[in-house]
Amino acid sequence: MLAYALKRSFAALLILIVVSALTFSLSHLSADPALTIGGAQASDEDIEAIRKLYGFDRPVYVQYFEWAGRALAGDFGKSYHYGERVSFMISQRIGTTMTLGVLALLFALIISIPLGVVAAIRPNSLVDRIALLIAVFGQALPTFWFALMMIIVMGVWWRWLPISGNDTWAHFVMPTIALGYYATPALMRLTRAGMIEVLGSDYIRTARAKGLSPSVVLFKHALRNAIIPVVALAAVWFGFMLGGSIVIETIFNLKGIGWLSYDALLRSDLPVVQAIVLIFASFYVILTLLSDLLNAWLDPRISVR
Amino acid sequence: MNLKRLVIASTAAASLAATSAFAGPDDDSLVVAWGSTGPIENVDNYFNTNRTGIWFSRMVWDQLIYREPKTFEYKPLLAESWEALSDTTWQFKLRKGVKFHNGEPFDADDVVFTLNWISDPANGVKVQRNVNWIKNAEKVDQYTVNVNMKKPFPQAFEFLSGPVTIYPNEYYAEVGPEGMHKAPVGTGPMKVTSITTAEEYKFVRNPDYTWGSPKGEAQTASMVVREIADVQTQIAELLAGGIDITADISADHVDQIGNFPGFTALQAGTMRTGYIGFDAAGRGNFEPTTKLAVRQAMAMAINREALVENLIRGDAGVIHTPCFPTQFGCDADVAAKWEFNPEEAKKLLASAGYPDGFEIEFYTFRPADWAEAIMADLSKVGIKASLTKMPYFALRDKQRNEGTTPMFLMDWGSYSMNDMSAITSHFFKKGPDDFALDDEIAGWLEEGDTSPDSEIRKAAYAKAIKKITEQVYWLPMFNHVRNYGFNEKLTFIPYQDEIPRFWQYGWNG
Repeated sequence: MLAYALKRSFAALLILIVVSALTFSLSHLSADPALTIGGAQASDEDIEAIRKLYGFDRPVYVQYFEWAGRALAGDFGKSYHYGERVSFMISQRIGTTMTLGVLALLFALIISIPLGVVAAIRPNSLVDRIALLIAVFGQALPTFWFALMMIIVMGVWWRWLPISGNDTWAHFVMPTIALGYYATPALMRLTRAGMIEVLGSDYIRTARAKGLSPSVVLFKHALRNAIIPVVALAAVWFGFMLGGSIVIETIFNLKGIGWLSYDALLRSDLPVVQAIVLIFASFYVILTLLSDLLNAWLDPRISVR
Repeated sequence: MNLKRLVIASTAAASLAATSAFAGPDDDSLVVAWGSTGPIENVDNYFNTNRTGIWFSRMVWDQLIYREPKTFEYKPLLAESWEALSDTTWQFKLRKGVKFHNGEPFDADDVVFTLNWISDPANGVKVQRNVNWIKNAEKVDQYTVNVNMKKPFPQAFEFLSGPVTIYPNEYYAEVGPEGMHKAPVGTGPMKVTSITTAEEYKFVRNPDYTWGSPKGEAQTASMVVREIADVQTQIAELLAGGIDITADISADHVDQIGNFPGFTALQAGTMRTGYIGFDAAGRGNFEPTTKLAVRQAMAMAINREALVENLIRGDAGVIHTPCFPTQFGCDADVAAKWEFNPEEAKKLLASAGYPDGFEIEFYTFRPADWAEAIMADLSKVGIKASLTKMPYFALRDKQRNEGTTPMFLMDWGSYSMNDMSAITSHFFKKGPDDFALDDEIAGWLEEGDTSPDSEIRKAAYAKAIKKITEQVYWLPMFNHVRNYGFNEKLTFIPYQDEIPRFWQYGWNG
């Protein structure tokens, strides 16, 4: 188990180094940061002075190693646009994104697991068909379209919910549904498939033959095993929700790090872009690593394969 | 159906009985959505570069001089009167009885401190062009100041009535740009109560703004300006009553919102001047645009009237000058006017050695449908343009650093200055944005920019306009419009300089 954990951790670290190097080099090649800082009115002399001041006239790899050294200590530099420390800007906004991500994942799990279980218990029943319909809709609806439809109905027509901002919990209702609904189909179908497979297995038949109550068989024996792949998928979806919240945060004007990354990209605010890409990649890699380790703990066969 | 249309159409079908939950006239407040230029980096007027900073500065601070936004006439503001002592010195008599928001009385010390501080390069004012013409300011007495310029600078009043705002000397000396960003203090019609960077700015009426300022007193007791980047969200908020006005909508939205009960939408003309630029100097080694006959042919192949009528609309109009006609020196009579004439364009192309046309890369950051209309016109004379749409800064970067943009649709707002030096001199004085690199034009513009004699200035600028348009270094296109949607009970006044004066908007019922 320890060897497996170390091997997976090393792979995760390698991915983060590659991501950071690629992001740094590509972003420096795609835009001139000196022009961004100088603004539209800057003269040639201003631009050249900025290049020297910030060290943009040095080779990209030198700049990368300098940045990486500081990033390891948690210092991502200052935003070219706002002049504030990037770590401070992210700390101000990460709460919104995490809140949205957690709520959206909870929403997805609360909808998908019970529906998946019920659909597995009664395959091809009306409930199963309804669950399938929900899954098809969830996969087919583009998130931004679904978000706009909710804004029209619940925000503009009925005026039940606030449309934009993150002042109250009510502001998170529509973004949570829009982001969480997209993850529901995959989680639900996986729960259903896992439950159908487990419910047909020998040990479940044995448990039933021993006279255990249906609820004990279902929740203690069947669901515990069927949920293993769902845990892995949920972790991946959580990473996706944090990174994929850019569209939702922009539509609902939630000022989280998804919105911040969108704003930074528009302005070629490279320190912010680099830090956020690294953070999103870290979320994704760490969550995948944790789900792998959790799965290995739940099913020890995984770590010896 | 287009999504934005769906938002409007669906909303129109909904119940209209619901009343406003957040904004509206009931509480004598105004809620504004702003987002097109993105959040401001620092509200300190001397440490930001986007248009948010321009409207913010007009709300919170005052200048020595007021430029009347409809006639562009200069009027007293913090200065009651002025006179020229020499070609490089203006003396200003200051207004008495004005107070800053923190209670600090306004006098010569504030003006002297502000002008000397901003003109010191060590203090790092972000747009040096706004301040680097000032040599220094000297106190004559408590309400008299002499402003010395480094050399004759005929555009001085445009700056003294625009980007040069007056700060409270004691407060600014204590808190500096960072403190001014967190808690701005000025003499203007609105006082800032809170700033949440990138989210919202809150203001209340300045109760002391009763000294007869030509800017007028604030029409609402309080105001919130919200940063909302997404236009669809802004419209939804407008229709749901969450905001009272948005200035970021497109031309399509104007018709739709205007037909919606309870709301008004309009397209107001601005001094933002659109143009097609050509690489006449051959910076990118693209041969066709270096030939005069080719540029003339392209000018005659593009139907600007149709473009304005069908796509830009509103108060937009075709422009023939490389500047906005209200700007000082921008004489439309001397400009060569290129009428739409595709047959003549074909002949010119043939004479230049391109009887079958040629292929060209066409760059813009503006809506693709504008560029596509232009490309369709060019294709009729055999010119096949391929469009590259890029973000603004990326395109500017490519132009300035690489110069590989043979043809580009761009525009310039002149920083809202009513002087053609703010546009023509920027692009034709052999700087990084100059694709003509014409010594003669650069010389005329320098003469116009620096002569204290207005007639000499006009004559020099006229020569530059004539040559730029005859040589088709630019094909001036149209003045842009700004599209507004707002609650119909709001008294709204748009201005050509694109600066919203939010404090002037009040409720009429």
